[in-house]
Amino acid sequence: MIELDDVLVTAFSPDPAGDADRVVRLLGPVTLRLTERRIAVIGANGSGKSTLARLLNGLVLPASGTVRVDGLDTAVDGRAVRRRVGFVFTNPDAQIVMPTPLEDVALSLRRLPLTADERDAAARAALARFGLEDRAEVPAHVLSGGQRQLLALASVLAVEPAILVCDEPTTLLDLRWRTVVDDLLDGLDQQVVVVTHDLDAAARADRVLVVDRGRVVHDGEPGAAIAHYRALMSSLRA
Amino acid sequence: MSTPLRQPWAGPLGLYHPGTSVLHRCPPGAKLAGLAVAGIAVSLARGPVSALVALAVAVLAQLVSRVPWHRTTRGLLGTLVAVSLVGLYQWWLRGWAVGLEVVLDIVALVLLATIVTATTRADALLEVLARLARPLRHVGLSPETFALACGLFLRIIPVLVQTSLEARDAARARGLERSPRAVLIPSAVRMVAHARATGDALAARGLGED
Repeated sequence: MIELDDVLVTAFSPDPAGDADRVVRLLGPVTLRLTERRIAVIGANGSGKSTLARLLNGLVLPASGTVRVDGLDTAVDGRAVRRRVGFVFTNPDAQIVMPTPLEDVALSLRRLPLTADERDAAARAALARFGLEDRAEVPAHVLSGGQRQLLALASVLAVEPAILVCDEPTTLLDLRWRTVVDDLLDGLDQQVVVVTHDLDAAARADRVLVVDRGRVVHDGEPGAAIAHYRALMSSLRA
Repeated sequence: MSTPLRQPWAGPLGLYHPGTSVLHRCPPGAKLAGLAVAGIAVSLARGPVSALVALAVAVLAQLVSRVPWHRTTRGLLGTLVAVSLVGLYQWWLRGWAVGLEVVLDIVALVLLATIVTATTRADALLEVLARLARPLRHVGLSPETFALACGLFLRIIPVLVQTSLEARDAARARGLERSPRAVLIPSAVRMVAHARATGDALAARGLGED
């Protein structure tokens, strides 16, 4: 379970007047208890969705308030939290750090007490789960965008995190790969929190959070949340 | 009519080529030690004859590894251009023998290093590097982090190439193909952004935190 208690995230921002940087609020205050298996986060660009997602595995720490994952405080037990919470980014290129898919998945598995042979077998099994077994030893940079996103997912899920947070995992993908990734995420046993602009994907979630200008402005079942978001976007155009 | 498009160049190092040759089966530590010995020998031996011997050893290793020639020669082209310039300068400064020796020595060592990475999985290399770096614990550095940094270096070469090619294409699209600034500045900015994003991704995967 993920708990956010009165969380506030701030950042320094250049002062247009040229004086010292000023402190601006990026997100909050936010108080949430996330228990559902599928949670979607929607909102405009720059609204604070990614900041909210990054709070969940300690990539961003709150200026005040606490974020707890299964009772672990992200500010105190960051390493333990990251072992429980996997994170997938929008752009897989930043996430793939080894030359080939097999080596990249094996890198994730180095955290586990496995021999080299066991690690190799586990990495191949993880790639097979995502249909990448025949791409295991090709250079990662020649994979298609969709395959690279699958590889990023395989590398994160190989260590079986309890929770998966995805920051716009399908934004760079075409319709075919978007469907593949969405279906994969839907089929996972883990609790999944997805930041997305894909309202079809959001509609399949158990709960949807709408973020606007650093605040969660709607929190509820998908139908009402998506309607709220549409109204919000329409009001911006008007 | 133009020639078929090629995959982006991945640099001379960093691409494992699956195989079953003697060199593929050789322990990674032995290969790294062999490379270190070759580096020392090439530095100590003087004259073009010893450099020719070093190149012959490298070519022999290439044949034994059964890694396709195009995988290594394509990667070596950039090195050859740079080394030729250095060789010409040495020829002008210290004579043809030294110029030739420098060129052959560097090509031999780059070819040997290419063969080591082409016949060794990055995972196995990290294992050895982490073991070698154990003494770094005494000065507060994590051996795993050191090994990971070396591994990242292998991955960064194709990313750097890809980023530069995209920046060059973007400059061309804007009619700025003759402006080095239009290629270098966006490349540098994007590489810094990539480095930050990679840092975030490593942290998110819990890597390099030991």
